[in-house]
Formats: sequence, structure tokens, C-alpha cells
Amino acid sequence: MILAQLSNFEGPSIDWLPLTPQIILVVAALVILLVTSLSPAKVSDSFSTAVTVGSGVAAGVVAWFVWNDIRDEGPSSTVAGAVGVDGFSIFFTILTLSALVATSLVGHSYIKREQMAAPEFSALLLLTAVGAIVMASANDLIVLFIGLEALSIGLYVMAAMQFRRREAQEAAMKYFVLGAFSSAFFLYGIALVYGATGSTNLVNIAAYFNTIGSRINNLELFYVGMALMLVGLAFKVAAAPFHFWAPDVYQGSPSPVSGYMASAAKAAGFAAMLRIFFVAFSRTSADWTPIVAVLSAITLIVGAVMAITQNDVKRMLAFSSVGHAGYVLVAVQAATSDGTSAALFYLFTYTFMVIGSFAVVSLLGWNDGHDVSRYEGLARRRPLIAVAFTVFLLGQAGVPFTSGFVGKFLVIRSAVDDEIYWLAVLAMVVSVITAFMYLRIISNMWDREVDVADAPRLSVPLTTGFVVVVCAMITVVYGVIPQSLIEFARDAVPVLVAGG
Amino acid sequence: MLSLVWLIPALPLAGFVFLLVAGRSIGEPNAGWIATAVSGSSFVATLVVFAGLLERDGENRIFEQVLFDWLPVGSLEVEAGFLVDPLSITMALFITGVGSLIHLYSIGYMHGDENYSKFFVYLNLFLFSMLMLVLGNNLVITFLGWEGVGACSYFLVSFWHTRESAATAGKKAFVTNRVGDWGFMLATFLLWTSIGTITYVDIGPAAGSLTNTTATAIALLFLVAAAGKSAQLPLYVWLPDAMEGPTPVSAMVHAATMVTSGVYLLVRMNPILTDNAQTVIAVVGVATALFAALAAVAQHDIKKVLAYSTVSQLGFMFLAIGSGAYVAAIFHVITHAFFKALLFLGSGSVIHGMQDEQDMRKMGALRKAMPLTAATFIVGWLAIAGVPPFAGFWSKDEILLAAWEVDGIGKGLWAVGLFTALLTAYYMSRQVFLVFFGEARWNDNRPQGQPEVVPHESSWTMVLPLGVLAVAAMVGGAINLPIFEEWLVLEHFLEPVFEYGRLHHFESTTATKVSLAVVAVIAGLVGMAIAAAAWLQKRIPTDRLEPKFLENAMYVDATYAKIVGGPGQKSFDAIAAGDQKLVDGAVNGAGRLVQKIGLLIQPGQSGMLRQYAIGIALGGLAIVVWLLSAAL
Repeated sequence: MILAQLSNFEGPSIDWLPLTPQIILVVAALVILLVTSLSPAKVSDSFSTAVTVGSGVAAGVVAWFVWNDIRDEGPSSTVAGAVGVDGFSIFFTILTLSALVATSLVGHSYIKREQMAAPEFSALLLLTAVGAIVMASANDLIVLFIGLEALSIGLYVMAAMQFRRREAQEAAMKYFVLGAFSSAFFLYGIALVYGATGSTNLVNIAAYFNTIGSRINNLELFYVGMALMLVGLAFKVAAAPFHFWAPDVYQGSPSPVSGYMASAAKAAGFAAMLRIFFVAFSRTSADWTPIVAVLSAITLIVGAVMAITQNDVKRMLAFSSVGHAGYVLVAVQAATSDGTSAALFYLFTYTFMVIGSFAVVSLLGWNDGHDVSRYEGLARRRPLIAVAFTVFLLGQAGVPFTSGFVGKFLVIRSAVDDEIYWLAVLAMVVSVITAFMYLRIISNMWDREVDVADAPRLSVPLTTGFVVVVCAMITVVYGVIPQSLIEFARDAVPVLVAGG
Repeated sequence: MLSLVWLIPALPLAGFVFLLVAGRSIGEPNAGWIATAVSGSSFVATLVVFAGLLERDGENRIFEQVLFDWLPVGSLEVEAGFLVDPLSITMALFITGVGSLIHLYSIGYMHGDENYSKFFVYLNLFLFSMLMLVLGNNLVITFLGWEGVGACSYFLVSFWHTRESAATAGKKAFVTNRVGDWGFMLATFLLWTSIGTITYVDIGPAAGSLTNTTATAIALLFLVAAAGKSAQLPLYVWLPDAMEGPTPVSAMVHAATMVTSGVYLLVRMNPILTDNAQTVIAVVGVATALFAALAAVAQHDIKKVLAYSTVSQLGFMFLAIGSGAYVAAIFHVITHAFFKALLFLGSGSVIHGMQDEQDMRKMGALRKAMPLTAATFIVGWLAIAGVPPFAGFWSKDEILLAAWEVDGIGKGLWAVGLFTALLTAYYMSRQVFLVFFGEARWNDNRPQGQPEVVPHESSWTMVLPLGVLAVAAMVGGAINLPIFEEWLVLEHFLEPVFEYGRLHHFESTTATKVSLAVVAVIAGLVGMAIAAAAWLQKRIPTDRLEPKFLENAMYVDATYAKIVGGPGQKSFDAIAAGDQKLVDGAVNGAGRLVQKIGLLIQPGQSGMLRQYAIGIALGGLAIVVWLLSAAL
């Protein structure tokens, strides 16, 4: 009987091209696992990295073609309106792929040094990237949830990959329990929103509000659902007070993974938040924007205040990453196109700064910690790395002529445009406070008094060095000529298109 | 020729990069000579651009060079570009001119320092930032320079950061300046939201559309920024401490150039300075002038006297701005750059000759041992004391006249200004008498076993800049003599800049002008006479002239420390005592406070899973309750 029903089932028409990037990544992950487990001799770790980087680049090229199609023919949706094909999904696809390639290259040398399992690392990295891309392009809450889980579960394992370290186990355990907790919030939120609006499809939810207007029947149901979804996503992006996991997890995870969490995973969370709240819930924006504004204020303050008190660079970067989420939230709460493209610009440029920073951290930090004093005299030991790290830190501090300045500028501008002056002022004050922390690391690096003659030789593997230098160049280039990226971010504001 | 403007900041930038890479290997003294050479070339480039500007007519003396569109976002266009107009070129001229002399002086002064080349790296970077600040064609570029000079000042103050006090002072300068920076950012954003532009040439025409309230608010925020950078009440506290830096730094950064950038900013923003804002600026300025002059009266450290004197003179410049006398403000910036740089470099020569002694009570009779230093220092003294025809007389006189003519509170401003001028003459005379006259006290209370101090004159690289600056301090007033209309060269040159501002026009009769000038000169002479009676002839008991209350600058700084830094006066020093590294321990003052809050909420970050989960649950509950209560 079931078979009989199946034969009557007609699947939705699928436009395969926009899905190709995800498919390439999944296939690459399978290839890595198959080849390394079936091959009689031990396969070199370089194979996994090469396949990961190669598939990431290939997926990027396909995404570029899709982007050109979208520009010619306008945005669309596929798989019965469950997956959106617009500039927004392409933007986050490219962001995720950049993070994937960079993390894979940094991880390559890190894995060798720490004697971790390369094939598993690469496969998980690829699959989490697929999860992030699905999250960013989902037009349906169920699809979005699948993407979120694919991303999260992979990250739980990656956090634990240095299983010999007690901190890594602790980090993974915490991340898993709290992640599951917050996923439950999110899922319950989806259920309630479905109950109130009758659909999990974002297009239908938006349409429901347009027809019903403010005379919605199950208002309480919807609001509770919206609140629970906000909690789930705030957890993913590490916004206070849902950020507690972030410092512990970032500190315990392998440094390249921490960088990946702070870039791709955070960006995916924001992608989901923007698509759901800015687009689907836009009719109720008057209700949720004040909450996001307060969240962003708390996040900014907690990030700055906690970061200043740290002595461990990895933990410092973790709290600073909380603070950066606060800046993006400033743009999200504006609930305008300008605000959204400011958030996109910020996330894109932050990706390179934070991956670069954690790459440097991975070079300097061995298992026994990441104290600031370890960076003393780095400028004399490895001048190029020190210059690059200085660029990342100045960028995160928001110094003019780095991409971080332009990002902060656009974000604060969106709050000013929206006439939420108190938040703009707060964001400026926080940028003033956090400058201390970044400057502290910088002055340690450039301290000439320190005797570095006895310091152990600091080896910089080629792949990591390459990523660090490229990330630094991108940070400077988008600080000096940001126009192309600003335009890309402007064209990438999400739109909803019903399934055809 | 005007298109060469990019060269002016590019030269010091190139010097900075070169010395950063190769400074250590070329070492002393070549690193110093290279830095001096790029600084001198930058001065020549400025002269060339200046000549190009002079070829044009008065109204057409504006030239913009846009390097590229930097932030083309919607309605806001931010370019990376330079603006050459009378104001910016005047600033650039004395910055590169005085800057080059100080570079030259530093070659001798820093002799033997283990970080010799690093010093010149910072000095060139500072010069670059300062030139960006004045030559930028919009507020964002100026802000870039503004941040740059702040960072360099911080690096240079704590240059000898093995000295604890130097490290603390560096941090204090940084913290106080960040307060001002915040005002700058806020003002820039407000200006942009109100008139849609932050480019200088567009601000003037658009400023008319601002409501009076908005314009005043923006102007006052810029005043916060300027007060931080230019050490005005209540943000002046960092400048006296900044004297921990090497003396050439005090001369260049903390007397001639950086501290005047607040004056530049307000003068540049003249189209938005409303009457109310002007009144506030004038009051802040005159209060600072008086306060700092009182503090200068009782200092023992030769550089501290000059530091408080700088704060006081900056107060005069703010008084000029507040009175609408923008030309007088810039005039005083220039003459002050001459005589204060001269005095600082002179004091550096004294400190050098006295083998690093800074306490004036251990000096005396140095005019015989250091005749050239003494002669030039005396020129600086006469200039700052307002004795005609030295440079300081002309600019200070113009400020007092402008204050006199202000409606309402003008007479009061003038009276306070006059009294401050008297104090200025007094404390500078006291300094000169204590250091160069009287009996030699070089070896009083010398601990057993220490070698005897034998003062000696400094090398030619140090004395030559003193000579040049002394000549400038003598005749510098000539650029703006109020004797014939056409002798007001600076005023006519700068006038086009103030097309949209509330520029003060002098209206007093010649008789009033002359009598006010005579009163001012008399006040100066009275101050000098009191000092002579007390410190030269010992006819007044001197111990009562140095009350502890004034020596500690009325305890303002200590009070700040108490309020900001938690219990006790120690707070500002606490971290420096704990760690001697630059910013280690994060910050003091404001930063310290934040850190304490952080430690308070730290227990929340306990590592306990249950607590984290409760945090999430409570946060979620709060959002649910909020949404429901707002919606229902």
C-alpha cells in the first residue's frame, strides 16, 4: 500500500544547478572517507586537504555561475519553494567556502603537528559547510533546521577531535549539551510558529501576515514561537546571555576549528536570523527589533568587559567574537536593507580577520596555553606573521583603512539611520574600550626589550603562512577599496520567492 | 605645484617605513639624520605647495586632491583626499618647520640611547599622522591622523617604559584621549546625519541648514574631542604626566603640534560654532588658562612648569576661538609653537647639561655655564611673558582684545585673561631666575659618593635649533602686525576660510586698543617684578609662594584617581607598579573600572554547565515574557 502511494507521489521539480555547490562538497566528503578507508596503503593527509580545497574552489566557481544567472534572471526558489536561490544564499555560500578552504589549509599543518585524524577532519569540515550553506539558503523552517543540525553535529565532533586533551573533551561535552538544549528551543519555536501560521514555509508565513495583517488569531502562540526561535539562533551566534558556551568551547577546541566556529558557524546563524526575522517576520518587526537591540547592547557590553579581563589570547578572541556578534546584531535590529547589507559586509570581512587570528594562535599556542606573554617579541621572531596579526587586531579594533573600520562604520550608520542613537553611541563606546585589549597584544608583539634569543624556533608551515598573509591582504584591501564588497552585500539582501 | 601635496605626508611615511625596516642596522647617528632629512624635505614640499597656493587669488585658494573614493556608500561619499587651503597650509608649514628643527635637536639629545633608531621611527610616524590630520579633506581622514598622533604620543611618552611613571603616564594619556575620540566619532556621525556631508568644503555651505540646537550639540561634542587632545578642563590631566617622555617629544608633540590639533579642529569647524557653543568654548578656555597658570606657579620640576604653562596657553587659544577670533587663535598656535618649543628644547638642554636633573631647586646660575641655552631661553621667556615686540605679545594681545569685545561676559573673560597673563609672566620669571640666575645649587644635598655635577653647554645640533627658534620667537609676531591694515598678513591670508563662520571683527577704537595693550604689558611687568623681588632679591618669603594646594594642581588629578580608579589615589599607579610593560594589565582609570566590573560578573563564567543552561533558559524566558507583555 505504501508502495502504491509512492508510485503516485510526484516529487517537486528541482533546479539542480543552484544545488551543485552543496552536492560537490558532499561528494568530496564521501570520496575522502571511501578512499582513505578502502585504500590498502595509508593515504597521505595531503590527499584529504587537496580534495577539500579543490572541491571548495569548484563549488565556488559553480556558485559564481549561479550568481550570474540570478543577476540576469532574478532570484528564484527550487525544491517546491524550500530552497531560496538569491544573492543572499550565494553570498553566504561564498563566505562559507572561503572559511572552508582557509580552515582546511590551516588545519592541514595543525593536524600533522597534533597527530589528529586528517580524513575525518576534512570530511566533517565539508559536511558542516554544507549545513551552513543549507541554513543560509533555506526558505523553509524544516530545511533550515536540517542545515542547522548538520552544521552543529559536525562541530560537536570537531571540537572534540583532540581527544587526548581534557579541555577538548570538556569543550565538546558542553557544546553538545548546550547545543542540543538550544536546538530544542529552536525546534519548539518552529512548531509553535507552524501552529500559529499554518506553515513552515517562509513565503507562506510572510504571506499569512500580509493577508491577516495585525488581526492574527493565535498571537500568543506565534510570539512564544518567535521568542524561542530567537533564543536558538542567539545561541548559535553567541549573543549574550546565550554566549556562555563560546569562551569555553573556543578555548578547548583546536584553534583552526575555533576560527571556523567564529566565522562560518556564526555567519550561518546570522544568515538564518536575517532570513527569518528580517524577511519572513518583517510585519512584526516593531515587536522584535527592540529585543534584538537589547540583546545587541548586552552582547556588546559583555564581550568588551569580559575580553578586557582575559590574559589568555584564545579566550580574549573568544570574547571579542561575542562582541563582534553584538555589532552584527546592531545592524540586524535596524531591520532595513542597509542594515542587512551592513551585517553581510561585517560578517564577510570578520571571517578573514578571525580565521587569520586563530591561524596565528594555532602557530603560537601549544597545548599548555595561550598566555599573552607568549606573544612578546614575536615581531622579531616572525616579522611577517606579526605584521599580519597586527592587521587582524587593528581590523577587529576598527582602525581606519582596515575592513573592520568600514564594517563598524556601516553597522553604526544603520543604527543612526534607524534613529536608535543610544545603541550607536554604545557601539562607539564599546569600540573605544575593546581597543585596549587588541593594543595590548600588539604592544606585546612589538616589544623590543624582550630577549628572544632563547625562544624556541617558531616554525610556520607553508599552508598556514599562506592563509595568514592572504587574510591580512584581504583585510587591508577591503579597508582601502571596499566598494566591490559593499555592492555585493547590497545585491545580496534576501528576498523570498514562492516555489513555482 | 599644488598637486604635490601628497608628497608632504608621503615623505615622513617613507621615512617611517624605511627606518622601521632598516633603522636598527644603520643605527646612530645615521637613523637620526635620515629622519631629519625626510622631515626637512617635507618642509620644502610644503613650501612649494604654499607657493602654488599664493599664485592664486584670495577666494580661489582652495585645492582638493582626491586620491580615491574610499567609502562610496549611498548618500555618503567619503574620499581619501587632501585639502590645501590657507588654514591647512599654515598648519603644515609650522608643523614641518618646527618638526624638522626638533628632529635635528633629537639627534644630539637621544645620543647613546639604546633605542635610538626606534625613537626616530615614532617621530616620523608622528609627523605623518599630524600632517594627515591637518591636510585631510574630510573628518574621517582627520580622524585617522587624530588617532595616529594619539597612538604615537602614547608610544613616545612611554618611550622609557622601564621607568614606571613613564608607563603610567602613557596609559593615562591614552585613556583620557579616548574620551575625546568618542566625542569626535559622535560629532562626525551627528554632522553627517544632519547635513549629509563630512567633507570640509561642503560643510560650510550646508551648515546654514542646521538648526541652532543641533549645531550647538555637534560643536560641543567637537569641544569634547578638542578638550581631550588639547588638554583643556576637565580632560587636561594627562599632559603634565606626559612630561615623562623624552624632552624633544614634549617640545614637538606636547607643545608645538599635537596639542594644537584641538584648536585646528574647532577652527576648521567654524561654520557650525554657534553663539552658545562659542560661549562655552570661551569659558572652558579661560578657566583652563587660569587654573593651569595657578598650578604652574608652584611646580619644582622644570618641565612641569612648562607643561602647565602649555595647558594655560592652549586655554588662551580656546578663549580666542570662543570669542570668534579664529585668526588670533591660529596666530597664537604659531607663536606658541615657536616660543614653547624653544623653552622645552632649552629645558632639555639644561637637563642634559645638568646630567638629567629636573628639579629647579638644584639649579641656579646656569647662565655662565650654558650661555647659549640661557640667552635663547630668555628670549622664549620674554616672548611668553608678553613683552613687546616679541612674538607672544602680539598674539596674546589680539586674544585679550577679542575677549574684551565679546558681548555680555566679554569684560569678565578679559579680566581673567589679564590676570592669567600676569601669572604667566610671574611663573616664567620664577623659572628663569631659579635656573639661570642666583647662586649655584648644583651639588646641594648631593648623596655621598655621587660624582659632582658640572654643567656644560650642549652640542651644536642641539643649540642650532634653539637659535633658529629664538629668532622666530623674536620676530614671529611680524606675520600679523595690527599697525597697518595691510600688515595683517595672516589675517588676510586666512580670512577666506571663515566665509561661513561667525568671525569676530574688531571694532574698538585705536585708543582702546592701545590702552588695553598697555595694561597687558604692565600686567606682565608686574608679574616679572614680583618674581624678581621674591626669587632674585629674596625680599618676599618664597615658601609661602608655593602652596602645596597649587603644587598638586588643586588635587583635581588625585580626585579623578579616587573617583575613577576605586579607593585610594594609588589606582592610576597600581597597574604600572604591578607590571612594567606598556599596556599590560589592560588599562588603568576607566579601564581599571571596567576590569573590576568584569571580575564581578566573572563568576557567571564559571565553567559549570548547569549555570550556562540556566542562563539560556532565563534569557529565553525574559524574551518570551517581554514579547507577550508587549503584544497582549
